[in-house]
Amino acid sequence: MGEFLLVTIQVDMHDQLALQLQDDLTRAIEKKGAKGVLIDISALEMVDSFIGRMIGDISGMARILDARTVLVGMQPAVAITLVELGLSLPGVATALNVERGMALLRKALNESGDDNFIKR
Amino acid sequence: MNPAMTTSSSGELPLTNEHDIVLGRQAVRRMTQQQGFSLVDQTKMVTAASELARNSLIYGGGGTLKWAMLNEGTRRGLRLTFEDQGPGIPNLELAMTDGWSSGTGLGLGLTGTRRLVNEFEIQSTVGVGTRVVITRWK
Repeated sequence: MGEFLLVTIQVDMHDQLALQLQDDLTRAIEKKGAKGVLIDISALEMVDSFIGRMIGDISGMARILDARTVLVGMQPAVAITLVELGLSLPGVATALNVERGMALLRKALNESGDDNFIKR
Repeated sequence: MNPAMTTSSSGELPLTNEHDIVLGRQAVRRMTQQQGFSLVDQTKMVTAASELARNSLIYGGGGTLKWAMLNEGTRRGLRLTFEDQGPGIPNLELAMTDGWSSGTGLGLGLTGTRRLVNEFEIQSTVGVGTRVVITRWK
């Protein structure tokens, strides 16, 4: 039975920590059989190309493991900077906050016909 | 005539490991706040600093971040200089092309960073090192 994973990034991560997160998260998806992952970055004051790439990679890896990823809570200043930097996070679903992200995941899973998941 | 540009304070930070990148961007955040930058401008400068600090570390084998808080009349700014004694960039023109990457990055390091600041200067000599100077004004 699937479930959602919620990851809240609360520290200014050094690069190795970001890679560690990628590792831990893919393991957790496999172990829990999670169908959805919410990554909450509302506490992040900066996303550079390294963290952006890490987020994109997590989303791609999760997809291969049959889980959807939604990035939530990006601060407006971070969004403005990311786009100007040239990083628009293609293929990464985003939502304004955790609640909306959750709704997006439910909808996506509902459309894919996973009824058991939706009813639990 | 333009008012003279003065430096109200300056200093230097090492860029020798990943942790230094984190310390560097935290220091840059504080400086941009001290200079009265808007939140968006703070974020742009911190992000630019993070990109260049990582370049110095990964491609340059480590280096230094020099900072200077600038005043020009009532105008306030922050100038950051990233220096390394690494292998240098053989073809600067190519490296400054959007989408170009030597392999490990996303190919938007230098050009993307240039868009985040008001002034951008790069000098690189093969076998000697690379120096990037960025300035952002409030």
